[in-house]
Amino acid sequence: MSSQLATQSSSYNTAFRALLEKTGNAEPSWLRRMREDSFAHFERVGFPSVKEEEWKYTNVAPIAKLQFVPAFANGQPGGNGFGAFVYDEARRSRLVFVNGMLRRELSSVEALPAGVSVIDIGEALAKGPNETSLRESLERAAKSESGFTALNTALFSSGAFVFIPAGVSVAAPIHLQFISESSHGAAAASFPRVLVVAAENSAATIVESYASPGESVYLTNAIVEVRLGAGAHVQHFKVQRESTSAFHVATTDAELGANARYDATTINMGAALSRHTIDVTMDHEGAECWVDGLYMVDANQHTDTHSMIDHRQPHCTSHQLYKGILDGKSRAVFNGKVFVRHGAQLTNAQQTNKNLLLSNEAQVNTKPQLEIFADDVKCAHGAAVGQLEADEIFYLESRGIRPEPARNLLTYGFAEEVIEKIKIDSIRRELDQAVLNRLHTTL
Amino acid sequence: MSTAEILTNREYKYGWVTDIESETIPRGLSEDTVRLISQKKSEPEWMLEFRLKAYRNWLNMQEPRHWPNIAFPEVNYQDIIYYSAPKQRAAKVSLDEVDPELLRTFDKLGIPLSEQKQLAGVAVDAVFDSVSVATTYKEKLKKHGVIFCSFSEAVREYAEIVRKYLGSVVPTNDNFYAALNSAVFSDGSFCFIPKGVRCPMELSTYFRINNSESGQFERTLIVAEEGSHVSYLEGCTAPKFDKNQLHAAVVELVALDDAEIKYSTVQNWYAGDEQGVGGIYNFVTKRGKCAGRNSKISWTQVETGSAITWKYPSCILQGDNSVGEFYSVALTNHAQQADTGTKMIHLGKNTRSTIISKGISAGHANNSYRGLVKIMPKAENARNYTQCDSMLIGSDAGANTFPYIEVMNNSSQVEHEASTSRISEEQLFYLMQRGISQEDAVSLIINGFCKDVFLQLPMEFAVEATRLLGLKLEGAIG
Repeated sequence: MSSQLATQSSSYNTAFRALLEKTGNAEPSWLRRMREDSFAHFERVGFPSVKEEEWKYTNVAPIAKLQFVPAFANGQPGGNGFGAFVYDEARRSRLVFVNGMLRRELSSVEALPAGVSVIDIGEALAKGPNETSLRESLERAAKSESGFTALNTALFSSGAFVFIPAGVSVAAPIHLQFISESSHGAAAASFPRVLVVAAENSAATIVESYASPGESVYLTNAIVEVRLGAGAHVQHFKVQRESTSAFHVATTDAELGANARYDATTINMGAALSRHTIDVTMDHEGAECWVDGLYMVDANQHTDTHSMIDHRQPHCTSHQLYKGILDGKSRAVFNGKVFVRHGAQLTNAQQTNKNLLLSNEAQVNTKPQLEIFADDVKCAHGAAVGQLEADEIFYLESRGIRPEPARNLLTYGFAEEVIEKIKIDSIRRELDQAVLNRLHTTL
Repeated sequence: MSTAEILTNREYKYGWVTDIESETIPRGLSEDTVRLISQKKSEPEWMLEFRLKAYRNWLNMQEPRHWPNIAFPEVNYQDIIYYSAPKQRAAKVSLDEVDPELLRTFDKLGIPLSEQKQLAGVAVDAVFDSVSVATTYKEKLKKHGVIFCSFSEAVREYAEIVRKYLGSVVPTNDNFYAALNSAVFSDGSFCFIPKGVRCPMELSTYFRINNSESGQFERTLIVAEEGSHVSYLEGCTAPKFDKNQLHAAVVELVALDDAEIKYSTVQNWYAGDEQGVGGIYNFVTKRGKCAGRNSKISWTQVETGSAITWKYPSCILQGDNSVGEFYSVALTNHAQQADTGTKMIHLGKNTRSTIISKGISAGHANNSYRGLVKIMPKAENARNYTQCDSMLIGSDAGANTFPYIEVMNNSSQVEHEASTSRISEEQLFYLMQRGISQEDAVSLIINGFCKDVFLQLPMEFAVEATRLLGLKLEGAIG
């Protein structure tokens, strides 16, 4: 164990030294200190083990074993053939990152109204006005015990800073696209860092997508924070379609102001191993969130979603629907916590997790979890694991549809309940097609 | 009255102490203590070996502190008396030889031990501190081939059966408290229902802690052979002491082909006072194995007492078509803490399990349901339905749900539902405007909430449980 720890930290250590050298004095001194503290923390705690309750069902030993080379120290791979990943609606409102580094020649923010910033996080740090909010956000994350968070804080070198001024409503979806691919030899690691600040009564749609042109082994370790001011409305669509050999570990952390509304829909289809931690904190009255997701895995894929909805103030509402479709020898983990803190009266929290097992060797571990410390609340959760209803298949068969297409149709419908929440046509079309491809069928 | 108003709670009516001379061993735990207990009970060598193995396992184990949702100060395991027995004449052949003071104690608890006075149809094994003081209706049961006696007697008289099944469901290294119990358990009950016999009466054990310094470590083993049926009840109380006492029991059930065991508990250990001083730490391991085809094990529990309850009566559904059930009402008031639930491990084909849990939390109490439903790859067509509802009374109480669901094949179906509610003003108002007093209205609503569970209890117990709940919650609602 100790020798393993030594090799993993030495590979990141080299990268960490290189990064400090590269950034030199360009970064604020507080950030440099924070990176050093975070890296020290990472060296102390390492990657989490299955002995920890939060990682009980997800073993990240394969990540610890591989020698990932953070991409900034790796030169930049070519940017050809990425056209397939463009969504029409966001053609002129997108930032493209390749192996975690912003590629300006592939990006465009022309469609965004004046006053809206969608810039590289490094640039934001260098420009005075955003330093405070960035520092607050980074400092908060730095308090996390997680080794992955610490590693990201120590090593992130690119990412996005999105700012929507008060009262501004952005029509075009803001697309943050992360494309990764390992070149020959070294497995790349990227550490995207995103901060979205939506000021009072603003509205925007954020699309966060992960994709790869090939099937190489690489690591994505991302942290995305979303801050909503009073009355702000943010739609956040995350589409994870990494290479099926890749590792994807990501945190989404949203904080809602009074009467703010946050709609998140997360699709997890890629990666050999993916872990998504999504935390929503409602510390102001009247906030509302929808935290939905679909995971669809096959073969030996492993996907893990840990969500936490934290009701800290009265009159907040949360809705959660997570669905899973598992085939092959895949494994899915869902852990959904809902906290209702002392005094958070008149909370309404609903959570549902449904899993469809298409193969006899797939495995689901689900743990919806309610912790309630206020009495005048409406809270409910439900979880189900099963297969398609025989009655439903029979119904379709009685209409002349053969059993195989009937099953596919029902599975497609099962997924569609989540996919249709994504209000952008081209993404929905892409996902519909991806679901059908997985089922080896067409409609 | 529209706001919560706390009236004084009725006294815990079982809080008195019996003044009786008892024989205790020095406090503390070592290999010598284990040997001494075994020696006092004149146990055979294999029993001592079992205890020593457990003790050695225990030394290397940790208290389960990090995962349960309970908090309690350090327990000094060297400050506990591991054996305490009322002094008595050598052998008690009949009830006439039992110390009259003990008979009076159980009379006062409402458990008369003389057979004439008893509720017809219930046989009782009465356990006082570390030993069983009397078992009723033994002779009548024997006629049917049913063995019902104290655990010590079973070790002497029915060594082969005990040896075959002891530790087969809860191994000595299962968990910290089970290991401790396996090392130092003093007495308990043993039931054996032979092939094809339907036990003619309810069997029950009544546990009483009397000594303020001792812990209680009892062991229960119930074996139901092919095609047999038994219903077993368990009750318990303890005096009020302002020191916490440890109760770490182990219950093992084994059901062979077509056998059925129904196990009901009404737990009313002393819960400590309103500030949470004193009370029993109820750290119990209960597990049943449906070893045979078509067997069934059903747990029903009404948990109202104890400062802390840490208890997960479980079923291992090994035989094909076997059935596991868990019906629970857990009530916590004042500073009580409960982390309780069940585990349903599906191994066999077509196995089914049902979990109905009702948690009621009042005062500053914290009530958690924690359950595991595990469907193994070979458990084809397994089915589970879980429903856990919580009721919160007052704004300082907590209710938590931690269901773990692990499914490893695709022909099974698992459903889990949970909800949280409270007694609404409208419900109370409706009942009160019909002339029902507030107390009765609350009791009516609570009993309605718990009805699914109470229906599973044998009649006498259901009446007792209903009354107990009303008593415990008296004044918690305004």
